[in-house]
Amino acid sequence: MKDMLEIRWHGRGGQGIVTAAVTLGDILAPEGKYVQAFPEFGAEKRGAPILAFTRISDKPIRLRSQVTNPDIVVVADPSLLGLVDIKAGTNDNAIIIVNTSLEPGFIKEKLNLHPRKVYTLDAYTIATEEFGRPIPNVPLLAALMKATSLLPKEKFKERIEKSLSKKLRPEIVEGNLRTIDRAYKEVKGE
Amino acid sequence: MSKIVTLNGNMAIAEAIRQINPDVVAAYPITPSTSIVETVAQYVADGLIDSEFVCPESEHSAMSVCIGAAAAGGRVTTATASQGLALMWEMLYIAAGLRLPIVAAIVNRALSAPINIHGDHSDTMGARDSGWIQIYSENAQEAYDNFIQAFRIAEHPDVRTPVMVTFDGFIISHSLETMKIEDDEAVKKFVGEYSPVYPLLDTDNPITVGPIDFTDFYFEHKVNQLEGIENAPKVIEEVGKEFGKRFGREYGFFEEYRMDDAEVAILLMSSAAGTAKETVDELRAQGKKVGLIKLRVFRPFPARKLAETLSRLKAVAVLDRATSPGAEGAPLFVETRSALFDYPERPKIINYVYGLGGRDITPEHFHQVYRKLEKIASTGKVDQYYGYLNLRE
Repeated sequence: MKDMLEIRWHGRGGQGIVTAAVTLGDILAPEGKYVQAFPEFGAEKRGAPILAFTRISDKPIRLRSQVTNPDIVVVADPSLLGLVDIKAGTNDNAIIIVNTSLEPGFIKEKLNLHPRKVYTLDAYTIATEEFGRPIPNVPLLAALMKATSLLPKEKFKERIEKSLSKKLRPEIVEGNLRTIDRAYKEVKGE
Repeated sequence: MSKIVTLNGNMAIAEAIRQINPDVVAAYPITPSTSIVETVAQYVADGLIDSEFVCPESEHSAMSVCIGAAAAGGRVTTATASQGLALMWEMLYIAAGLRLPIVAAIVNRALSAPINIHGDHSDTMGARDSGWIQIYSENAQEAYDNFIQAFRIAEHPDVRTPVMVTFDGFIISHSLETMKIEDDEAVKKFVGEYSPVYPLLDTDNPITVGPIDFTDFYFEHKVNQLEGIENAPKVIEEVGKEFGKRFGREYGFFEEYRMDDAEVAILLMSSAAGTAKETVDELRAQGKKVGLIKLRVFRPFPARKLAETLSRLKAVAVLDRATSPGAEGAPLFVETRSALFDYPERPKIINYVYGLGGRDITPEHFHQVYRKLEKIASTGKVDQYYGYLNLRE
């Protein structure tokens, strides 16, 4: 069953992690991948801890249960660390990406994540500096791309530009694209 | 040319509505069907379709508008869920009783109380005796495909009966998936032009719609109404085959998954079938003779066909995403067990209720059911025929 990549997104209601989960599916589908992206089947309340999921496979995806053994975990808000069990269901090969200004080694030790690979970046600061709002989705997606090489950077940028341009003003799209360059430079892995 | 897209279930239905461009869309938004209605309203506002879009004050009124528009001779559609469908209840019977070929997308959601917005089949099971045809979909692809076929089935001169196409709330309605959308023209051609049989707007041939009918003829007319749904199986089959020929995805009354030499099987409907297929593959890889039947058409119930397929098995578990309080099991189970009654060779049969209010169901739960079935098959004994899956105790 594990010829499929499963991603669990941790965030807070209103942060847009469902959009992040969906965007990841959207930008990988043109590669001929089968994708699935959906919110946790729970109550979504602004500010409350919520989950979203993405599945990516070379074959049609039939599984409809929630993701319980993710290969990749993305944590979109640092205040969730210690509050929710971010490593639940992961095995030793899992990749964990955290939006935080703290060092990956520190997170790894504090949350007992060894031997999983941990990446950190300060996505709030990056997003705030580049387009004025602490929306961490695009820099986090960029960190995920860098950690996994699912898409080459330029192709990833193109697809994000196309995806964001459907809904956002050009200057916000531009700002988000700048966060990609910064995230690729600033993400740290250990 | 068909194209591969990523859409969720609701957007797949909105896309089908855009392609079909019905005369009237009358709907009142309710979670989890809201984005169908919003998107179609946007299509109308943007001039992508020229449907008359009506958003009345309730679902009861939405179905009333559908009935009026369909009686006038229009091709009509709507979408709703849960309490919305419940509020339509009296009008559902009128739509079916007047033999109006309305097509409705129903995003399955639990009924109150307690309040819950997630997926189960309580809403459409509550409408099972309303006279509507009911087609259940596993995923967004099937929801789209079924919705397109529904117009052909509903409008067929031998059927002229409303159809509801259902799919699971959130699990499908809000889940992005990779699917195929067919070419606009090909869909329009498949659905075809609608020519109503007795349109009210044909003032040269005036008719009465919905008159009073007492002890003298109500009974006869009621029996006459049933002809539509009784004629439906042949049409459902033909349309499903033609859809397969045209678009490469053929549909019947149910899908048999790895049933060839199966000794035990699960019977269920909708999205959980996808998860169950994964479990079937795992068990088949271990050499176990297990299979799955996914029912697509619940009304009209394909009793004989289903019973013939099931009668050669040793044990069957029927999984229902709804309850029927006070009955001898949940709706799908009761129908299935009844269908098997006339077969001298019939399997042991058990019933599980699962997933109420959107409770998750995982491969482990299906493993649990197959283990139980294997035990029943080897001992020939059923200790308990009714139970709950993934219920906290």
